[in-house]
Amino acid sequence: MFEYAPAPESRAIVDIKPSYGLFIDGEFVDGSGTAFKTVNPANEEVLAEVAEASDADVDAAVRAARRAYTRVWSRMSGAERAKYLYRIARIIQERGRELAVLESIDNGKPIRESRDVDVPSLAAHFFYYAGWADKLKYSGYGSTPLGVAGQVIPWNFPLMMLAWKIAPALACGNTVVLKPAETTPLTALLFAEICQQADLPPGVVNIVTGAGDTGRALVSHPDVDKVAFTGSTEVGKAIARAVAGTDKKVTLELGGKAANIVFEDAPIDQAVEGIVNGIFFNQGHVCCAGSRLLVQESVADEVMARLKRRMATLRVGDPLDKNTDVGAINSAEQLAKIRELSEVGESEGAERWSAPCELPAHGYWFAPTVFTGVTQAHRIAREEIFGPVLSVLTFRTPSEAVEKANNTPFGLSAGVWTDKGSLILSMANHLRAGVVWANTFNKFDPTSPFGGYKESGYGREGGRHGLEAYLKGEDS
Amino acid sequence: MTPTASSTESSAPTSGVFDDVVRSDSSLRRFLHGLPGVDQVGAEARAAGLATRSVKTTSKAYAIDLAIRMVDLTTLEGQDTHGKVRALAAKAMRPDPADPTCPATAAVCVYPDMVATARQTLGDSGVHVAAVATAFPSGRAAMDIKLADTRDAVEAGADEIDMVIDRGAFLSGRYLDVYEEIAQVREACNRPDGTGAHLKVIFETGELQTYDNVRRASWLAMMAGAHFIKTSTGKVQPAATLPVTLVMLEAVRDFRDQTGQMVGVKPAGGIRTTKDAIKYLVMVNETCGADWLTPDWFRFGASTLLNDLLMQRTKMTTGRYSGPDYFTLD
Repeated sequence: MFEYAPAPESRAIVDIKPSYGLFIDGEFVDGSGTAFKTVNPANEEVLAEVAEASDADVDAAVRAARRAYTRVWSRMSGAERAKYLYRIARIIQERGRELAVLESIDNGKPIRESRDVDVPSLAAHFFYYAGWADKLKYSGYGSTPLGVAGQVIPWNFPLMMLAWKIAPALACGNTVVLKPAETTPLTALLFAEICQQADLPPGVVNIVTGAGDTGRALVSHPDVDKVAFTGSTEVGKAIARAVAGTDKKVTLELGGKAANIVFEDAPIDQAVEGIVNGIFFNQGHVCCAGSRLLVQESVADEVMARLKRRMATLRVGDPLDKNTDVGAINSAEQLAKIRELSEVGESEGAERWSAPCELPAHGYWFAPTVFTGVTQAHRIAREEIFGPVLSVLTFRTPSEAVEKANNTPFGLSAGVWTDKGSLILSMANHLRAGVVWANTFNKFDPTSPFGGYKESGYGREGGRHGLEAYLKGEDS
Repeated sequence: MTPTASSTESSAPTSGVFDDVVRSDSSLRRFLHGLPGVDQVGAEARAAGLATRSVKTTSKAYAIDLAIRMVDLTTLEGQDTHGKVRALAAKAMRPDPADPTCPATAAVCVYPDMVATARQTLGDSGVHVAAVATAFPSGRAAMDIKLADTRDAVEAGADEIDMVIDRGAFLSGRYLDVYEEIAQVREACNRPDGTGAHLKVIFETGELQTYDNVRRASWLAMMAGAHFIKTSTGKVQPAATLPVTLVMLEAVRDFRDQTGQMVGVKPAGGIRTTKDAIKYLVMVNETCGADWLTPDWFRFGASTLLNDLLMQRTKMTTGRYSGPDYFTLD
């Protein structure tokens, strides 16, 4: 047998402090809330104690952002702002390994992904939006910033989501107060250090840590001009209610239940890779995950046999091992939710199959799992599980595939697998999803807008379209 | 494990399963064009993903020895001489004269006129003699000449025949011609005593160009009775690549699912470093599984690869890199 020996990435490059404060006005300061702990989900080790931002702390951060906005950042030329963004992007690349290791430790995702996807994408977003900073008058959305942006991001891609929020906001001349998720605050605080290292003027970027209360204080702060949120549909609705009737602009990027549609003439081996990447990438903690596999009945058995064989080769375990494909579930709470919905799937009569793999004794783990015999009436076909669990449904014709794919309150993404170009184009026209991938899945690029239909949210992030959320519009 | 090529019986392996498929050019064409397509971007992404595996310490030592045992140590030059072939054969038997624990390679690979010399030097060492035949490398000769070329090599003592397909026939869609050519060469590999030389079928994937063609050629050759399918002659660029080999590995895996029969895979040309070789082994491991991880079912067609494997092997055992002067020339 060809067994791979452990190939752990060294932790020595990161220096995790015992406790962290808030990053306000260019300085790390103590928070006045109750400090909370962040743990390594792979082994439940407590990594650090992190300050909780109270209402007063959030107010201080917003005031710092306002000062930086009126006195420095909104007055600076786009070309000057770009210099800072380019500098940040380069420091991210220089400290890429450190960011990747810390991201894997705090989040549980495999180092292969944080190293090859998250961190390169983080740098790419800053480079891309740095390029827009002095060209905003050609954006189609004017060149006037909104002011102070309050941004709340999730735990599944802590650095990547930070980049999607901060890079376009700063490029357009806004200042930001960002709240990372309570289970993954560490890389945002490392990013704050990078802002210091880049000599970013104090107050342009502020990071406040905390949970739901901190987030609520931020989005409902009267001096915040713009709210940007990525996370669950439930919280998204609460934010929409909180800002209703105010002048605040809002973008929401929420949940999904994407259909990954495999036609009988698909390149089957690559489709299987796409299915695996669609649902097991980042432990399935992906809002646009291809969590519903719609496979044409004529090839369903073959696709399932190949998928199971492929799933059996997935390596689940230590996120810092360079050969790990699937890491740890981010939190005990999320693990409980995945388990609960999986049990519902079984009790509703779907057939459950999990990849044969040995799970570590400590930490939060869930084996890659697939449910067959799922119908539209099953909860696991409707609710977002946000874990490594795939629901498989079959269809007979393209129109049935479209109907089933669209039969969901969500509409973030979809995948189409076929060798027939005309079918790809017609499916893309009929699928109600913000992103439709053809013969690939989970591909992201800073130049490409991303966002949802229906309960998957509104507004677009990325590309030229991503500037709209941070500009006042064409001057009249 | 010692390769057992020469003792294998050589009845037509498809034995009726594909009779309907190979009945006519049109039925063969329907079958080959009905195989699932290969998405180029996806196949290349998968190959690149597998290439990021980190193989260290004990698994690296295992992989290096396995790779040495899978090498078909090759010299295919106009300037080849009996002396050169004797030297190559000696090296194949004892790749590292300083270390008796170093395994021998699987075979030496030479032109047909050098088979007798290689055979004489290798004796009963267990290292096979492979001969390229059928008007290698272009395959541009009349059928009777290709068959005579093959018989000549088998009579001279070749254990394995590496034939080239008629790429012109393949690219113009004359699949049945290619099928029959392979089947006839396979016949020509038979010895009077009922045994036969193992047949490796070279596609020259650099000339077939598309992964769809590589998958079709793989099935064509397997149905016609190939024991091994091989990427390249080494005379055309690009030669072996990871994604091309991936498509061929998927084909042999699927062929076993359908027929129960195993077919080997041999990437050849362009594999020069231990790092590269290990990427191929990882790909075999995760595509076909451990059954294919023996010299019976996977080979490297290479010349310079061996010395890099030896250098890395010495580094693993001594902890130090030594210069190229410490490793023998072929």
